[in-house]
Amino acid sequence: MEPLIALRGVTKSWGGAGSPLALAPVDLEIGEGQFVCLCGPSGCGKTTLLNLIAGLESPTSGAVTVRGAAVRGPGPERTVMFQESALFPWLTVQRNVEFPLEMAGVPAAERAVRVERYLKMVHLWRSRDAHPHELSGGMRQRAAMARALVGEPSILLMDEPFAALDAQTRDVLHGELERIWLETRKTVVFVTHNVREAARLGDRVVMMGTRPGRITRDLAVKLSRPREANDQDVTTLAAVIERELKIEIEKVIREELDDAWTPAGGGLPGAAGRDLGGGI
Amino acid sequence: MGFLALLVAIWAVASRSGDSFLFPGPADVALALRDNVRSGLLPRAVGKSLARLAVGYSVSLVVGVALGVALARVRWVKDTLGAVVLGLQAIPSVCWLPLALLWFGLGEMAIQVVVVLGSLLSITLATESAVNTIPPLLVRAARTMGATGPRLWMRVILPAALPGIVSGARLGWTFAWRSLLAGELLFISGGLGQVLELGRELHDMALVLGVMVVIVALGLASDHLLFGRLERRVRRSWGLDRA
Repeated sequence: MEPLIALRGVTKSWGGAGSPLALAPVDLEIGEGQFVCLCGPSGCGKTTLLNLIAGLESPTSGAVTVRGAAVRGPGPERTVMFQESALFPWLTVQRNVEFPLEMAGVPAAERAVRVERYLKMVHLWRSRDAHPHELSGGMRQRAAMARALVGEPSILLMDEPFAALDAQTRDVLHGELERIWLETRKTVVFVTHNVREAARLGDRVVMMGTRPGRITRDLAVKLSRPREANDQDVTTLAAVIERELKIEIEKVIREELDDAWTPAGGGLPGAAGRDLGGGI
Repeated sequence: MGFLALLVAIWAVASRSGDSFLFPGPADVALALRDNVRSGLLPRAVGKSLARLAVGYSVSLVVGVALGVALARVRWVKDTLGAVVLGLQAIPSVCWLPLALLWFGLGEMAIQVVVVLGSLLSITLATESAVNTIPPLLVRAARTMGATGPRLWMRVILPAALPGIVSGARLGWTFAWRSLLAGELLFISGGLGQVLELGRELHDMALVLGVMVVIVALGLASDHLLFGRLERRVRRSWGLDRA
């Protein structure tokens, strides 16, 4: 069966011909209803990959297809949630959520019904008349989630949507996202650098490495839902992913810092213990 | 308000120590204002000036915003007109008057040209910078929601730039007002500027000062009541100022 999303031999370079590849030839297939996390260190091209699926960027070579048709620009069946809410500051929450429906030419009566349904789904119905700047960061991301869902796309693309939130709010929103996903069964592509988040949410964790950006491992996650952030299984899986990614992360650090830096390896963090009480 | 009263009091005291002909006190100025309001000279002049301003400023606003948007988003417009706009910005608006008089004759057209050229460029530059500083993320998000072409402009780019455009419009208003008065002063054709010149010719210093008071009052009123309020409202609902 044709997968819902397919990337075949996709590369991306930011310069002209011959300049280094930000994304080495990547092949990836994503089936309908999957929750896929793209996880890797900064610079591995995970956001670029997401933008290629969104149609916000076009590949240097290779093909991105959705239901077998080549992606040419953004489309209503693929909505995107960003790290910042990207809500329009001049519109109320309700009008923000209504915006994609207006663009799609949905009649006013149906817009009202859909906006109410999705604002209630993210528990923001009471704040519908507030402007984005009157909301907390977590509430803004809830509103952005309602806006991404209201057009009933088949694919939800999420680019580190909870990375700027505090840990407690993030935990709550993980639960909400999982609940909404179980209700609506969208196909979700979720970009994160946070291994716990990937283990908590994904059906499948696609790990990526840098220079050039590429897929290093594709891990199927067979844990039951709903999950909890501190489930033993989730924690264990996060540790496994972290170990896999560590080589790649250290590669990034070594290139960003000067060569005096050496990875801590498996040793004990020494200095703190040795100095204990030394200054008394 | 108290400070204003103090200023008037200092004025009153100072005017007594000097030549009452060249430096009339507030009471004389108030009398001159009253007489000229009654005779209809001042109301007619204010009406004429404001009517001119309304026409010239409207043209500036529409053309200025359109040109600013084009400069910000259309590459070839920026490459061609960008330097011209910056260069023309260096010319004080009154300096257009001789040229306007020769081209358009001693008519309304000449004075409108001065008003428009005096305010247009500041509105253009403010709009350009407002459009250029829109967060790119908003435009990307709008594109993923299917906003393209004119709808992207009307529903996203212009609203996102509105706070900056309103600030530019406010600045443009004061420039239009100054250009108008300078034009009216040099080229006699009714309006407040002409009354000012009339006062000079008649050696009526009370009238001259009275007209200046009217100019200040009109300037303050339009800035505070109209533009100040509009700007505050926009900034507040855009979340740029805390309520």
